[in-house]
Amino acid sequence: MSLAPTPERPPTPSPAIPKADAKAASAAGGGAPQPFRHIVAVTSGKGGVGKTFVAANLAAALARTGKRVLVLDADLGLANLDVVLNLYPKITLHDVFTGRHTLADAILPAPGGFSVLLAGSGMVEYSRMTGEVREKLQALVAEVAPRFDQVLFDTGAGISDVVLYTVSLAGEVLVVATPEPTSLTDAYATIKVLANTQGRRRIHLLVNQVRRQGEGRGVRNQLQQVVDRYVNPALDVPVRLELLGEVPVDTAVREAVQRRQLLLEAMPGTAAALALVNAAVKMPA
Amino acid sequence: MPELQLEQALQLLAHAGRTSLAGEPGSGLWVQGLIDALVELSSRDALTGLANRRAFELALAREVDRVARSGEPALLLVLDIDHFKRINDTHGHAAGDEVIRAVALALQESLRPMDLVARVGGEEFAIILPNCGAAFGEAVAERVRRRIESMPVLVSRGVPVPVTASIGGAFAPQWVRSTPGLWLERADLQLYRAKAQGRNLVRLEPTPNSVVTSDEKRLLFDTFPMTDHE
Repeated sequence: MSLAPTPERPPTPSPAIPKADAKAASAAGGGAPQPFRHIVAVTSGKGGVGKTFVAANLAAALARTGKRVLVLDADLGLANLDVVLNLYPKITLHDVFTGRHTLADAILPAPGGFSVLLAGSGMVEYSRMTGEVREKLQALVAEVAPRFDQVLFDTGAGISDVVLYTVSLAGEVLVVATPEPTSLTDAYATIKVLANTQGRRRIHLLVNQVRRQGEGRGVRNQLQQVVDRYVNPALDVPVRLELLGEVPVDTAVREAVQRRQLLLEAMPGTAAALALVNAAVKMPA
Repeated sequence: MPELQLEQALQLLAHAGRTSLAGEPGSGLWVQGLIDALVELSSRDALTGLANRRAFELALAREVDRVARSGEPALLLVLDIDHFKRINDTHGHAAGDEVIRAVALALQESLRPMDLVARVGGEEFAIILPNCGAAFGEAVAERVRRRIESMPVLVSRGVPVPVTASIGGAFAPQWVRSTPGLWLERADLQLYRAKAQGRNLVRLEPTPNSVVTSDEKRLLFDTFPMTDHE
């Protein structure tokens, strides 16, 4: 991917990095790190369930409502948000970490009206979450978060220390799953670990690739049932899964991904696009 | 300008057994020694000689910071003597003090020199174990618990008082936003569990367990309308 360093759309700095609100900025300064409530970590357990696709299109839907939205490629080392958005910038998170460029240089406007901060292929060396990487990431998040109304973390798949750490910086978690048994199992494992290690008691769920209406609700209920039986008895406050929405299987999704376009840009009237718009309305803000 | 409470300071040090200070009184060396001795005094618990709550809080904050930088594991244990009020009421406060001192000694003897043992409340202790991995936590805490259980304390007139303690613990908040308060809260929650489940127990916060058992899987897929089975 580094062979195509020219951005498809040249970055125009003005909409990419808005000015921080005075109120929000003061919340970022000093003291112990607090997760920002308006940061939502999008995670999945299993890969290939459409996590990045969902994050990017939710961001576009939110941007349409007038919100300043940033998607941060938190999948350090194995990023593919760039592929989904067809953006191959010269300056990435890697350059911010190494001090070669400022944060403002690395935040780009994405198609769909939101901003992105891409990790870049140089991030492979950060795939181990050392104390140094954690400090850099935390400082970066604290700097960038107050400037946006909503920030989405596109985290990696799995339950690695990198994923757990990036999720811990977010105020809310959105788990993307499909009705596939393997996806359900991994989503459940993720929910369990987040409940036990991070004290998460509210976890949002988006069920992708449903084959009939109401299947998302069924998946949510099934997961909740297992959580109630095996996770909640040990907790003072039970974990509750909130269904953010379900996105139907739609050939338009595949087509948009193949064309490396956002579904909401390329085919906004399709069932999957409308489902994502509906889910965005219910996003925790 | 308020008067320097030098006399008071020297008396406090003498009371704590620190009578000799190096150097000529008033010299730089002497003042240095005096400050060091006062710092030492204000970090120690008078009854047990362990670190006091103040020193513990400082050490805990340092450990949170150290863990975040190094990524090393660390364990925080909180320990509470079971039914301490009953010991006090039955045998008197002097016996209670004796029990606290005995527990303090048992803790120091069953832990490594690098571990920080503190008395943080009446009958409550806290222990910071740097570089203690998840595989060892249970064994260390259990060793401490058994050590206390196996040492009846002889109080006045040689009456043996059985002593037990409940222990709660949590590993350093790795990969999680970390504050000393949050860490202590997690360990306290486990101490509460140990108390609630019958005392004289060790309860450590479960380490991240992402294993999904076959029972969990069965329930997960039970009655679930599989999309492929239509």
